[in-house]
Amino acid sequence: MSKNTETPAAGGAVAGDLKLVNVTKRFGDFAAVKDLTLTIPQGSFFALLGASGCGKTTTLRMVSGLEEPTAGRVLLGDHDVTRLRPYKRPVNTVFQNYALFPHLTIAENIAFGLKRRGVKDVKKPVQDMLDLIELSHIGARKPNQLSGGQQQRVALGRALINRPQVLLLDEPLGALDLKLRRQMQIELKRIQTEVGLTFVHVTHDQEEAMTMADTIAVMNLGRIEQLGSPTDLYENPRTTFVANFLGQSNLWPGKASGTVGEHLRVRLEDGTGVLIPSARNNASGDEVIVGVRPEKMSIHASADEVPDGRNMLTGGVVTDTSFVGVSTQYVVKVAVCDELGVFVQNDGARIFRPGSDVVVSWDPSQGFGLDGKQDIDAGAEADLEAGS
Amino acid sequence: MSAPALADEAAEALADGTTVAELRADKRVRRRRATLPYVLLAPGIIWLVVFFIVPMWSIVSTSVETGDMDTGFVLSWRWANFGDVWSQWHQQIIRSLEYSLMCTVFCLILALPLAYFIAFKAGRWKNLLMALVVAPFFTSYLIRTLAWKTILADDGWVVHAMNTLHITPLLSGMGWTYSDNSVLQTPFSVVCGMVYNFLPFTVLPIYTAMEKIDPRLHEAGQDLYASAWATFRKVTFPLALPGIVGGTLLTFIPAVGDYTNAVMLGGPKTKVIGTVIEQQMIGTGGNIPYGAALSVLLMVGTLVITLAYIKRAGTEEIV
Repeated sequence: MSKNTETPAAGGAVAGDLKLVNVTKRFGDFAAVKDLTLTIPQGSFFALLGASGCGKTTTLRMVSGLEEPTAGRVLLGDHDVTRLRPYKRPVNTVFQNYALFPHLTIAENIAFGLKRRGVKDVKKPVQDMLDLIELSHIGARKPNQLSGGQQQRVALGRALINRPQVLLLDEPLGALDLKLRRQMQIELKRIQTEVGLTFVHVTHDQEEAMTMADTIAVMNLGRIEQLGSPTDLYENPRTTFVANFLGQSNLWPGKASGTVGEHLRVRLEDGTGVLIPSARNNASGDEVIVGVRPEKMSIHASADEVPDGRNMLTGGVVTDTSFVGVSTQYVVKVAVCDELGVFVQNDGARIFRPGSDVVVSWDPSQGFGLDGKQDIDAGAEADLEAGS
Repeated sequence: MSAPALADEAAEALADGTTVAELRADKRVRRRRATLPYVLLAPGIIWLVVFFIVPMWSIVSTSVETGDMDTGFVLSWRWANFGDVWSQWHQQIIRSLEYSLMCTVFCLILALPLAYFIAFKAGRWKNLLMALVVAPFFTSYLIRTLAWKTILADDGWVVHAMNTLHITPLLSGMGWTYSDNSVLQTPFSVVCGMVYNFLPFTVLPIYTAMEKIDPRLHEAGQDLYASAWATFRKVTFPLALPGIVGGTLLTFIPAVGDYTNAVMLGGPKTKVIGTVIEQQMIGTGGNIPYGAALSVLLMVGTLVITLAYIKRAGTEEIV
């Protein structure tokens, strides 16, 4: 493929990473993006993840040039593009609702960028791109004769054919149904690996970000909350927002009460002592929020069944049981938390009915500690809102 | 109904399990449905016959009559009337077409940026600005045209300003006016009045077409290496084309027959075909067949130009 669609790279030899340096964008009194500094390595698949209104799309638009930063700089390699007009940047966008030109055919839509840059013979690159997005048979149709998935592919092809230094994707799969979205996620990842361009992907869908991106930046209120690989973000969230927004977390406030080997002992509000790995504690002071992912927890009929060395919360009552096939999801009421989530893999273990008295446990290595001075519910509602 | 027909009907009925009675009822409904379109079309067809076909026949037949005011005119199929009027008034016909063409071009030059601004940049002022474009219609056409006589008067500030900026000599140099310090009674003043009067007809359809264009398409254009101007040429203009064609036709067609502006703002040298027709039909000319022949000529000419224009506009050529 990389041989098939070789076209003169826009902007010539300016190669390198995409850098945002202290970028701020204000709309009137409202700061959509606040002092953002970010480096996106060349060739990576980078996701900006956040709820609506977190500033992720504004960040993207400042990279494409459709929005000018109030302060700060945008760099492509060593090239400062902060004040460069959008049509002069070697950057292309796949728009949220595709924004295909309705008066042009699919082939003409794809050829648009090349023609504007004065490429004379566009026939072959356009044909190669149509092949890549598997729409060769309908190149002569108009966009309104295409399905959503096909339009999405045309939007991708129209941007990709220009071989931009950075390809921006603004919620590109948002308008597709779930099945098609999964399919396109894999497709996008495949194409990115093949062409090796830098992809910057904006989404509110954490699953989408985790499936595709090498690196995810979780954004909240115009700032980057945490940046890292999907595994890193999921296993070691550093803030309650990330812990709640990316998947689910059980979080309980507590106080540090000394160390036991490589573990930190935390006393929860009801006096229960639990251990978390010191290395995974992000709290600066004594006040620690203990977090555990629901699928890391086990559920038992009594404390006797819990193997030695595991953290344990006793006196729980199952309030809800949902059997979802691969797992059973319990909501358990314990002293420190009314709605504790426990996901048990469907490996034949017994299923507890609501009302059962239970004990929950987890391996100390699976817990993490967050700074106790933040809102314990941050991100939980944002996730719901974004998911809707 | 004959026996075989009855048998056929019964067989037909049995084939899909319906009774003969049901089948008959069904046929009645179908018959009623077949006549319904004609019933619905009737008012339109009557309207067309009374107000289009009959007047058309009347004017075409009048155009080939002969006679004079005293003895009356008789239908003698004298097609030579067309030759007569062409040789006598072709200058006025061509002038009418020239003026309306100029008017259409100037209207388009003014309407494109105006409609673009209102559709994409005006934000919440959109409706107010559109209301202002239509506002002149609240005053009589004649009064509005008469007002331009004051605006373009020799001692008015417009002409003073034009003198100061040396525009008046420029205009007279181009032959659009006849003296260096006056603009009334010239092609310039006539076209000014026409542009003013017809501008809303150009703006409205173009605005409507542009307003429907998704502004994100402009962003997509800019994202794909098209400057603002290239985006306008390659995206906005083609998408607004139906409105542009509609707007220019709505301007050009009535402008060809307009003579109010030529009479009020022009002079002897700006006589247009509308004035000639008026004189022949109801004025001092007194040759009704000539007036009718001119009308038919003008109508056919406008139709040919319009059809050629629409055909061309439908292709890529015009973009």
